[in-house]
Amino acid sequence: MKFPEIKDLLVNKFGAEVIEGEETSGRQPALIIKADKIADVCQELRDNENTWFDFLSCLSGIDYGIEENMFGVVYNLASIPHKTQLTLKVRKYHDRNASTLPSFPTVSNVWKTADWHEREAYDLLGLHFEGHPDLRRILLPDDWEGYPLRKDYKVQEYYHGIKVS
Amino acid sequence: MNNSTPTRYEQLIAGARSTEMILNIGPQHPSTHGVLRLEVITDGEIVKEVIPHVGYLHRCFEKHAENLTYQQTIPFTDRMDYLASMNNSHAWVMGVERMLGIDKDIPKRIEYIRVLVCELNRIGSHLIALGTYGIDIGAFTPFLWCFRDREHIMNMLEWASGSRLLYNYIWVGGLFYDLPVGFEERCSEFVDYFKPKMKELNELLTENQIFISRTANVGVLPLDVAISYGCSGPMLRASGLKWDLRRVDEYSAYPELEFDIPSGKGEMGTIGDCWDRFKVRIDEIEQSLRIIEQCLDRLKKDLKRTPDFDPRARLPKKITPKAQDFYLRAESPRGELGYYFITDGKTEIPKRVKARAPSFHNISVISEISRGILIADLIAIIGSIDIVLGELDR
Repeated sequence: MKFPEIKDLLVNKFGAEVIEGEETSGRQPALIIKADKIADVCQELRDNENTWFDFLSCLSGIDYGIEENMFGVVYNLASIPHKTQLTLKVRKYHDRNASTLPSFPTVSNVWKTADWHEREAYDLLGLHFEGHPDLRRILLPDDWEGYPLRKDYKVQEYYHGIKVS
Repeated sequence: MNNSTPTRYEQLIAGARSTEMILNIGPQHPSTHGVLRLEVITDGEIVKEVIPHVGYLHRCFEKHAENLTYQQTIPFTDRMDYLASMNNSHAWVMGVERMLGIDKDIPKRIEYIRVLVCELNRIGSHLIALGTYGIDIGAFTPFLWCFRDREHIMNMLEWASGSRLLYNYIWVGGLFYDLPVGFEERCSEFVDYFKPKMKELNELLTENQIFISRTANVGVLPLDVAISYGCSGPMLRASGLKWDLRRVDEYSAYPELEFDIPSGKGEMGTIGDCWDRFKVRIDEIEQSLRIIEQCLDRLKKDLKRTPDFDPRARLPKKITPKAQDFYLRAESPRGELGYYFITDGKTEIPKRVKARAPSFHNISVISEISRGILIADLIAIIGSIDIVLGELDR
């Protein structure tokens, strides 16, 4: 299935508002999906035999910059039977206050791959995934402060009495 | 955040019964192949649950990459999977070249040299996987044999690039150096020397009844589980799927080269068991040798070195790809290695880089396939996954 057909399929299934935009200028076209719907969209793309995106290649958390205050997640899907690839994106505005985290639905029940990837995005970018069964830090120590890949990250001065910055 | 519901990890630890023991394997344990820590809930010798803890070797690759230019990051990619540095930097370089749109202008000789060194490195990496797997199971000799043969590869790559393990050889738009004079002949000699050695290794280890008893029917990974967990490379192929990105994506010089994709057949037990994973690596070495022979053939004939050939002639002076997102995947010895770039089109520094490391996915399946097995079999499963912690933790 080509990119426009996948778009039509999603519009027919979930309505036009599920697609917030598309990026077709680069080498790999991407669909921007409404954040609340991403788990349903992924489930449909995986189970529908015409798309059959059974392999989640990569899931990346993104901080789009201090001016925009926008956070997002990018899903790189691959279909083994059809040998196709697709990029999905979700994004959300968040004012960077420390009491809440930008929150997205989890896709770890669609692909098990997403389990560790979402933990990594939580660990390094402070994204929360609703419904994730095991949202803990994965690469950094459990008591690390802050989220290093955020653009406004300042490293703590001491960690357990060890000078780190 | 929401601390009211306990995580799966907390539930597992709290749910361990008083007759069960929680045992830590690693992070400093020879059979975890680096600083991997496995928290194992055991009932006597039976493994109830395995919880992997990773991150002990986290070196902030993605953070570094956000502060360095594309050329400066190449040495960092070398240090991710330190057993297959060439494959790592090849993937990175291809990604940058495609974003710049110069991937079709790379001279054929350079593409063939890249494939040649990558396949040599793939053999070296697989030799470590096979040798150390022998040690995990209790066979010491294959380890020494594998390291003896890998030494020839290390020497050749050192001759070409100047260093033994972390090469920084493949550059955006070209190569560090051309191959040294006489490299092709030396490499042909190695291929002739190495082929019978693989036969010896097969006789000693692959077809050894003790080895088969320890690995066949152990750690069976069904194909649907492998795909759901994102396993790739020899892990996925051993489960019976012929999926190789060198064929699927047809990158670099691979479309012009002949090779087969080995896959697990369950010859000694079930499809997707530890023995199949081992055998797929053995078969891949043979296929890599085939690729090397074809590369050498062309590098000696129509792509012969000429006095005016300069591998640095097409290096771009300034690398500023236009604003875009790009995900590139390539087949490293451990599986699908991916780089996801976000560029803003203004600076020489990427806005965000994410590395998709194959070991990261391959190890995540371990708790799924090691329930109800013996602790000794757990060691056999870890070894058969062939993880490199450097790329797992990045």
